[in-house]
Amino acid sequence: MTIKEIEKEIIEEFEIFGDDWESKYEHIIDMGKSLPLINLNLKTNNRIIKGCQSNVWLNTDLINDKILYTADSDAIITKGMIALMVRVLSNQKAEDIVKADMDFINQIGLKEHLSPTRANGLLSMINEMKKEALKRI
Amino acid sequence: MMDLIKIREQFPILNQKINNCDLIYFDNAATSQKPISVIESISDFYKKSNSNIHRGVHSLSRSASEQFELARKTVANHFNIDNEQQLIFTAGCTDSINIVAQGLAKFHLQKEDEIILSTYEHHSNILPWQLWAKENKGVLKIIPLLANQNLDYDSIEKLITHKTKLIAITHVSNTLGLITDIERIISIAKKHQLPILLDGAQSAPHMPVDLKKLDVDFFVCSAHKLYGPTGVGLLYLSQKWLDKLPVSKSGGGIIKSVSFENTEYADGALRFEPGTPNISGVIGFSNAIKFINNIGITTIFEFEKKLVQHAQKKLREMPEIIMYGESDEKAGVISFNVKNHHPFDIGTLLDNYGIAVRTGHHCTQPLMQDLKIQGTVRISFAIYNTIEEINYFIEKLKKVIKMLQ
Repeated sequence: MTIKEIEKEIIEEFEIFGDDWESKYEHIIDMGKSLPLINLNLKTNNRIIKGCQSNVWLNTDLINDKILYTADSDAIITKGMIALMVRVLSNQKAEDIVKADMDFINQIGLKEHLSPTRANGLLSMINEMKKEALKRI
Repeated sequence: MMDLIKIREQFPILNQKINNCDLIYFDNAATSQKPISVIESISDFYKKSNSNIHRGVHSLSRSASEQFELARKTVANHFNIDNEQQLIFTAGCTDSINIVAQGLAKFHLQKEDEIILSTYEHHSNILPWQLWAKENKGVLKIIPLLANQNLDYDSIEKLITHKTKLIAITHVSNTLGLITDIERIISIAKKHQLPILLDGAQSAPHMPVDLKKLDVDFFVCSAHKLYGPTGVGLLYLSQKWLDKLPVSKSGGGIIKSVSFENTEYADGALRFEPGTPNISGVIGFSNAIKFINNIGITTIFEFEKKLVQHAQKKLREMPEIIMYGESDEKAGVISFNVKNHHPFDIGTLLDNYGIAVRTGHHCTQPLMQDLKIQGTVRISFAIYNTIEEINYFIEKLKKVIKMLQ
């Protein structure tokens, strides 16, 4: 699936919740629980993304021309957010990752998490994932 | 009897809805909300009296100067300062501590000297001293915690050497709400003739502070935590330091005479207030003090103590809650964690119910390191908070914990 196709799938998934923020967050939390976890020996300080109130570790691999991300966080909502990003961007070509507009975040009603002052650092996560992809082009 | 409904009516922001819920504001230790009297005093100043203070011959300037100096009297009276010239208006607590640190670095602190701080300190009462220490091979000695998270007062004597030059300590821990036994520290300091800087950022909003009685060398606090505007605070200097502390900032308005070669500085507080001060902020500050005095600071303390006791009791009933610095004698602040959950998750979900709490290290990373935690959820109260709000918060906290499981 392309990034756009996955985004479309997620938008449809979130449409069910409407204004029900509780169900939306429960879904994010569930996604956090199913995140492909980063190997324990990769949870090093140099893999911590700065700008988050909780610790977020991100590991990037290039396998068969595709970027593979694994991540973890000690806060479950943050973990859910990053799971969402991994779902969209992992297993894609580096060029496509760098170009991705990530506009789906607005469409699933999580726009406020993109603010630069937001303590969960969703913006820092995306920047870091793109930066790591760019290094591998 | 205090009329809580009448008090709440004075805070327009409390009528706001957050995510379609009533706003419950439990982040008062970060900044308190402002009563209408404070808000209007600031806009009234710009509508009716705006003019630069000092030296003006015209009526407006005289009126503005009078209001500014009257504000100094009002604030000085509140803290029981006899000579209002000992009260300097600054940009806030951080600014005040920096003025003292830079001043003392010029003549009081020598290379390799030592300063005593406590484990409670907010970064703003660590960094200015650390900056000096790094440049001068100075040493910061830290009063440790006991198992109950109170300070280990018995250790202070052991920390003092012939190189100790200052004790800089907070009156109330901004993270735990625990009140420092300042009388005990003062008596130790007096015995060794050590000056004391008392950080009143978290005490001034919640409890009586009598500077004549305490007789510390320096006292600092911010207006915005005590119902006043942001960007203004105070620095109190004891008579001994008033003429001795060198200025670290200089500029217009604080002189007797200036030539290109030399300057004769003004006496008293004016010496430390270069440039056009935050006039409207100072007027807002004095109106915040008037708001407090209309209720009575002791009444505020007793009321908030009841809120703390009620919230602690409710939290204690929840086995998954770990509280830090639990005590019935606190100044409006409770810090806790939920077992196996990150404070960030708790805070994010509570926000969706309109409940404003603070999560993280609260600018006290050394304290977090000592407690071996990354952060806490902090709830902090003000005079407009209610028992009902606490009950609603507890109900939603339970729901949030369920969601996270």
